[in-house]
Amino acid sequence: MSQQYSSVSGMQHEEPLLFEHAHEAPESISLPGVQADAPSSLDAFKRKKAANIPGLSEPETVRHFVRLSQWNHGIETGFYPLGSCTMKYNPRVNEQIARLPGLAHVHPDQPEDSVQGILGLLHELQGWLAEIAGFKDVTLQPAAGAHGELAGLMMIRKCLDARGEENRKKVLVPDSAHGTNPASAALCGMYTVEIKSGADGRIDLEELKKHLDGDVAALMMTNPNTAGTFETDIKEICQLVHDAGGLVYGDGANLNALVGVARPGDMGLDCLHINVHKTFSTPHGGGGPGAGPVAVNDTLKPFLPVPRIVENAGVYAIETEDEQSIGTILSTLGQTGVYMRANAYISAFGKQHIHKIAQDAVLNANYVLSRLKDKYHVPFEGLCKHECLLTDEWQNKHGVKTLDIAKRLIDLGFHPMTVYFPLIVHGAMLIEPTETESKDTLDAFCDAMLEIAAQCEAGDTQALHDAPLKPIRRRLDETQAARKPVLVWSE
Amino acid sequence: MSVPTDLRYTKEHEWVRIEGDTATFGISDHAQEALGDIVFVELPEVGRSIDAGEAYGVVESVKAVSDVYAPVAGEVIEINETLESEADLVNSDPYGAGWIIKVKISDNNADTDLMNPSEYESFLDE
Repeated sequence: MSQQYSSVSGMQHEEPLLFEHAHEAPESISLPGVQADAPSSLDAFKRKKAANIPGLSEPETVRHFVRLSQWNHGIETGFYPLGSCTMKYNPRVNEQIARLPGLAHVHPDQPEDSVQGILGLLHELQGWLAEIAGFKDVTLQPAAGAHGELAGLMMIRKCLDARGEENRKKVLVPDSAHGTNPASAALCGMYTVEIKSGADGRIDLEELKKHLDGDVAALMMTNPNTAGTFETDIKEICQLVHDAGGLVYGDGANLNALVGVARPGDMGLDCLHINVHKTFSTPHGGGGPGAGPVAVNDTLKPFLPVPRIVENAGVYAIETEDEQSIGTILSTLGQTGVYMRANAYISAFGKQHIHKIAQDAVLNANYVLSRLKDKYHVPFEGLCKHECLLTDEWQNKHGVKTLDIAKRLIDLGFHPMTVYFPLIVHGAMLIEPTETESKDTLDAFCDAMLEIAAQCEAGDTQALHDAPLKPIRRRLDETQAARKPVLVWSE
Repeated sequence: MSVPTDLRYTKEHEWVRIEGDTATFGISDHAQEALGDIVFVELPEVGRSIDAGEAYGVVESVKAVSDVYAPVAGEVIEINETLESEADLVNSDPYGAGWIIKVKISDNNADTDLMNPSEYESFLDE
């Protein structure tokens, strides 16, 4: 790296790996001298060669990590329309609240009477999530969305076993589902059967009926689905599955389209995991941990995991035993810091205003759709919910693919949308603007998309195939990175 | 959906062109369409013996990673090395430049599992 100037473009800094920094001796590290010889019985543990500690001074170390962080893109850097991920702005006040010493510095094993405040906030959030989702109760234990899926399926499994139906192991999953759904079912000892979507991207009732038999344990569904459209037959779907003796699992990844407006519990689902980090605005996608609480109806309530918070005359206690429970799926009550942020977020809206989240999210997605639909192919006609789905069909005629469009967006200053998902259309581009973006931002993004479409039509496609040209790293070989990842530094 | 009449097909959507004792394998137009943009093709080594129905390679698209299965048994005599740098030939020309391997057909082959073009077309309609 010695020929490299300190920066490659303006003040955007090139940065070698820590071990590639030139210094040989650790300048900044002064370890205390050895006070006494170690007993000979520990000889086998003696280091054979010197520890390979990069020789950076403190300012060099700080600059190393700050520079790397500047290569990153986050919601606080710019627009982040990653479909299915709900990358909304995370209000600062939530951070302040989560960092209050009384909340941030308590220990999970403190006596209950010394943590009544935080238990109260968690219990309150549990109740709010149950009400928002339209269910009877909630477990806060699952530490992420997919963990919530597993917890939900474990409850379904236990419920079926309690009915004496251990044989039911078939889980129906629409072909538009998130990939975590079949993975969770498999982890739970069940097998999946894919349901082919209808021509409108929704669950096809006739197709569903073909698979409903005595083996069905559950249908896993997402509403709105990953094509961004509402499952209009939702009540009938739930009824059909229930009549066949199965249960309906709800993937709540797309709750941002419904919050405060419609409740999955009212639609007939038996449970729903909630991606708190998406809908209720806590940093995620590398910015922080997720949380995947699961809301359940009366059918599944007896099987909720423990420990759980119970309230009795204003006093909160932690219940650790429950005969029918699936048991413990996390060693603590849940991702408490995430839940403090979610509690603050919901409090800020209140019952009167929380529906505005969904309304504005759906409005923004439809605004983007209406500006782009004449230049990008829309596979499923009509209004969308909180995200809109386009494809590269019209750009394919000019030899341009979704990947080229996504990479070109980086040059134009935008994080790409979700690409090649859902799998049910060719060259998918799934755009979720969220409610927290202004019309100016949406317009700037749409202008960039229209510029790309115009470049295609004009046959000016080389820049699209070469993109991105501007960032510190150009188009990376994603296939080789996945197939032959280099995970360990060596000289 | 293109289904050339000079080929035979399998239920896993592979095609095979038989010329004398040599067979060329590829994936059908339907298969490439379903997989989406193909980014990587893992090829077997020349000289390897493959049974009918055995997975001999991997096709990776932006959506999925799929094994490809041999329509007939044989020994690999040629692989399409162009696919190592231009995997998208499988999308743009699945029956031509997007062929995957050629094998010398072994003696113990029964053709019974292969579909003719009209059978494959009805299979696609199902």
